[in-house]
Amino acid sequence: MLQSKSFVRKTKQGKVVKVVREHYLRDDIYCGASICKVCDSSTARLSPSASTILILDTNVVLNQIDLLENPAIDDVVVLSVVLEEVKNKNISVYNRLRTLCSNSMRKFFVFSNEYHKDTYVKQMAGESPNDRNDRAIRVATQWYQSHLGAAARVLLITNDRENKRKATEEGISAETVESYVKALGQPGLLDLLVQPAPEDVGMEEVEDLRPSKRKVIYSEHKPMSEITSGLHRGIYHQGKLRVNRYNPFEAYVGSESIGDEIIIYGRGNMNRAFDGDVVAVELLPQDQWQEEKSLSIADEEDEEEEDVHLVPSSADDAPRNTDLAQGSVGGTKAVLCRPSGRVVGIIKRNWHSYCGSLEPMPMPAGNGGIAHALFVSKDRRIPKIRIQTRQLGNLLDKRIIVAVDSWDCLSRYPSGHYVRTIGEIGDRDTESEVVLIENDINSRPFSLQVLACLPPLPWSVSSEDLANPCRLDLRHVCVFSVDPPGCKDIDDALHCTTLPNGNFEVGVHIADVTNFVHPGTPLDDEAAQRGTSVYLVERRIDMLPKPLTEDICSLRSDVERLAFSVIWEMTPQAEIISTKYTKSIIKSCAALSYIEAQARMDDSRLMDPLTMDLRNMNALAKVMRLRRIERGALTLASAEVKFQIDTETHDPLDIGMYQIREANQMVEEFMLAANVSVAEKILKHFPLCSLLRRHPSPTREMLEPLLRTAAAVGLNLDVSSSKALADSLDHAVGDDPYFNKLIRILATRCMTQAVYFCSGDLSPPEFHHYGLAAPLYTHFTSPIRRYADVIVHRLLAASLGLYKLPTIFQDNAQLTSTADNLNYRHRNAQMAGRASVELHTLIYFRKRPTDTEARIVKIRSNGFIVFVPKYGIEGPVYLTPRGEKGGGEWVVDEQQQKVKKMDGSISYSVLQTVMIHMEVVEPQPNRPKLELALICR
Amino acid sequence: MEFVSPEGLRLDGRRPMEMRQIRGEIGAVAKADGSAFFEMGNTKVIAAVYGPREVENRSQQISDQALVRCEYTMANFSTGDRMRKPKGDRRSTEISLVIRQTMEACILTHLMPRSQIDIFVQVLQADGGTRSACINAATLALADAGIPMRDLVTSCSAGYLNSTPLLDLNYVEDSAGGPDVTVGILPKLDKVTLLQMDAKLPMDIFENVMQLAIEGCKAIANYIREVLLENTKQLEYRRGP
Repeated sequence: MLQSKSFVRKTKQGKVVKVVREHYLRDDIYCGASICKVCDSSTARLSPSASTILILDTNVVLNQIDLLENPAIDDVVVLSVVLEEVKNKNISVYNRLRTLCSNSMRKFFVFSNEYHKDTYVKQMAGESPNDRNDRAIRVATQWYQSHLGAAARVLLITNDRENKRKATEEGISAETVESYVKALGQPGLLDLLVQPAPEDVGMEEVEDLRPSKRKVIYSEHKPMSEITSGLHRGIYHQGKLRVNRYNPFEAYVGSESIGDEIIIYGRGNMNRAFDGDVVAVELLPQDQWQEEKSLSIADEEDEEEEDVHLVPSSADDAPRNTDLAQGSVGGTKAVLCRPSGRVVGIIKRNWHSYCGSLEPMPMPAGNGGIAHALFVSKDRRIPKIRIQTRQLGNLLDKRIIVAVDSWDCLSRYPSGHYVRTIGEIGDRDTESEVVLIENDINSRPFSLQVLACLPPLPWSVSSEDLANPCRLDLRHVCVFSVDPPGCKDIDDALHCTTLPNGNFEVGVHIADVTNFVHPGTPLDDEAAQRGTSVYLVERRIDMLPKPLTEDICSLRSDVERLAFSVIWEMTPQAEIISTKYTKSIIKSCAALSYIEAQARMDDSRLMDPLTMDLRNMNALAKVMRLRRIERGALTLASAEVKFQIDTETHDPLDIGMYQIREANQMVEEFMLAANVSVAEKILKHFPLCSLLRRHPSPTREMLEPLLRTAAAVGLNLDVSSSKALADSLDHAVGDDPYFNKLIRILATRCMTQAVYFCSGDLSPPEFHHYGLAAPLYTHFTSPIRRYADVIVHRLLAASLGLYKLPTIFQDNAQLTSTADNLNYRHRNAQMAGRASVELHTLIYFRKRPTDTEARIVKIRSNGFIVFVPKYGIEGPVYLTPRGEKGGGEWVVDEQQQKVKKMDGSISYSVLQTVMIHMEVVEPQPNRPKLELALICR
Repeated sequence: MEFVSPEGLRLDGRRPMEMRQIRGEIGAVAKADGSAFFEMGNTKVIAAVYGPREVENRSQQISDQALVRCEYTMANFSTGDRMRKPKGDRRSTEISLVIRQTMEACILTHLMPRSQIDIFVQVLQADGGTRSACINAATLALADAGIPMRDLVTSCSAGYLNSTPLLDLNYVEDSAGGPDVTVGILPKLDKVTLLQMDAKLPMDIFENVMQLAIEGCKAIANYIREVLLENTKQLEYRRGP
């Protein structure tokens, strides 16, 4: 049956056009109930035993998606009209609903009521689209009831009073979510319910707990029309709000119209915006730019907490302008000229669910009823969230997930609802889980579809692979791998042979992952989504399923494996004469650890071929390294720590700095060389769609903290280029051996992180990799654990004519979004790794209060920040008891980076060594934290 | 944008392999030697055929075969925005050429030397796939005019969106920017007379999409044959015993 839909639409140019579209109504849309005798039940999703079938109204889906995700709610029919409405209103809820519908464990069925001949509803004259959709929902419900007859009860769940009334009039059974959930008799579910906004409910339950607080705290958001016109006229500026990770009362809005970041101080000015929201900002008058800031700090109700954390590894992790946070007098000069503003409206919310715990509070007297609690997110950028719960006693010592529902301008905190419990606070598994959730890391097991893409096990090199003319047989070559001890996912191996002419043939062999991961398969999609493997202290979350990671692709010793090889001919001076790229078959003769490789090279008695190869390679690597440093590559240092984990309890036994040996540097050098060679090759063939990695040069502003610290100790650093910086870092030698490393660590944290990008998006000068001083760089050498390398493998294979280029490379936008996802995942993986180390540090020190040496890295008005080299952590040390706000007893000398006692008796300056005491304390129950205290000498 | 929902329905309620409703009618312009009206969903076209007749411009006369001319126009009211389009713009010149070549391939031109056949097609309402609809209308009109042909030519388009081959794109799907393969075939002879695509598509997928379009052409051919048969029956009935 044909229906035509016609509607009037306004075009961008402001013309009004009539659009006519065909709308076919069908008779082959089935009801999805397996009990149905009439319909084709091959696609049925609803369970045969279902006595009640739920049909949801749009408002229920939009508000109660957390409830729907709970397995207690099942046998649900989702109408296409509801889906369409949800899609237009909230795309993230739509995606969650779609995931539910496609989840084979859940019984959600999508009924395309709009295309069914009996349930299609034409808009009546004078009827609003909303009313029409409500009617469509009712018609579909009625159809279901008459279609299924007595076999099942069809229940319409709606929170729209009008819709419910009409439904009842038409003889449809309808209920509100609240009454339905209550009837289920599971009190836990009630917490998942979003409390309706007051105007939706009747007078009977106006929740007003503290009438005294019923005053307007935030200014009203401007209506959308005003915002749009304001943006047009340039009085408002649109941008994404980013809250300072280290100071939740300070946020930035990157605005294109101003070309600079607008700073927003204080919750009042942030006006209920969350991190990631797209907001409209109004600039404050210039004379308030300064004043606002001090105001905001006075108005903070709880003083900002500074925790002990890992040393940041780059500028992205480091606090920005932290000296502002404490309101020190001198630090503000640098930021005087930054415009500041306030949020007038929120264009798009970025609300999702957050991980954290409830603020400790006494159990309310009247037990069993509803309790109101404040939820504190683990992510400090998120304000506290007010929730209602009926299971307060249960939740107090748990890590829970909470979703935000609304933020009224009368309320200091947003209100939300409980979603689920993760586990007990402080428990290692729970906290690890929190780390994963916080960083949006998918740690679920691989799905069956993904596992179905794996080759059958046990796998071995097939005769077709051997016969393939594109595959070079390198099984006779002595190939070996050097990795950290206990490494199971070995993705690189090396070989080095002496040629008759005195040159060397050096090969880098990388696991041929793309031979098993084909574009467009579920396996590939999953890997692209995960982006990278994540290494936590006690476990690893793989990007590819275990059989691939640890067996089929892993270049283990004494088994034949497929590889993608880069083979150079090098002179003894490490000049590359020729480069060859080929797929190959290798048989590794030894899987060495760094320690073993180092021991072999150092042991002068050993003269076997493998050791000779190692020594040759090491000699070459040294030359290459030297040349790279001459070009201006930075030798940066990080304070990476290594845990020794108890195999039984998985608790950390020991903790120490990660030691870097010559063997590490040797392998690294050849990997860098391989990456550079591959980058050149793929860019030559695919100038517009190669995936490369760049490292932007740090701006002078970013290096400012380093320069200030260096100046205070009388060191003059030249930061004009990477070469100059590298040289001056080399010359920075102090009286103690650790001084140079410390300066390097400080330099490292001023740098931004390197990022992946698509070569078509930028111009060649921007491809530069600052840290490595390489004009081109990419990632090729770890395809087992990084998806970027998989892409690069495909590009390289295509440039050699082995495969054709997958279609995604023709779509620049898609490639860019892939690169963005990789950057996001990469960054999250790093954050998760760091958080995991922090967690284990806490567990380690729980039983072991320690005295140790520390270096001052930053001066504050009431103390200083110290860095503990032995454990790679940094944290605050307070000179005055907290809460006294310095007390005026200590003075900061900004120029000299010193903090002095008033009477001049004691002073501490930056980079000075102090002794500190480290101990885990629990200022509040279930909230352990590591505290550093100065030991007076 | 989602052009095919996970339930397997397109925006207008069709499934990927389904065509729009088609309707053909013979005899829309009484004055012409042959004429037809053809509808594919909301795309409506009218075709009129004159000839074979004497060549107007002597210099164009071909001694051993007929001259086939084609003119494609879109009515000003055919699209929503009622724009006044100049006659003979690049798009319509191209489509005129395409239709002429396609029709020439099936008309037995050597039977009508030194004569001229004019095909006029006009789009009354455009909703994607005008090219195909015009060719189908022209076939009907040529048959109505009694012009000898090797076979019927029918045409249909297919596209590839959301990783799904879609038959007979409408305007919304057509303007999505995906590949659009227009195929014209001689169904009885199983020969391709028209194949157009202006996008990149991997070989294997292209073959699937093209196969789908060919299936569409065949379905249209069956329908056109029915229309012609019906028309002939009516003519026979009118003539009386």
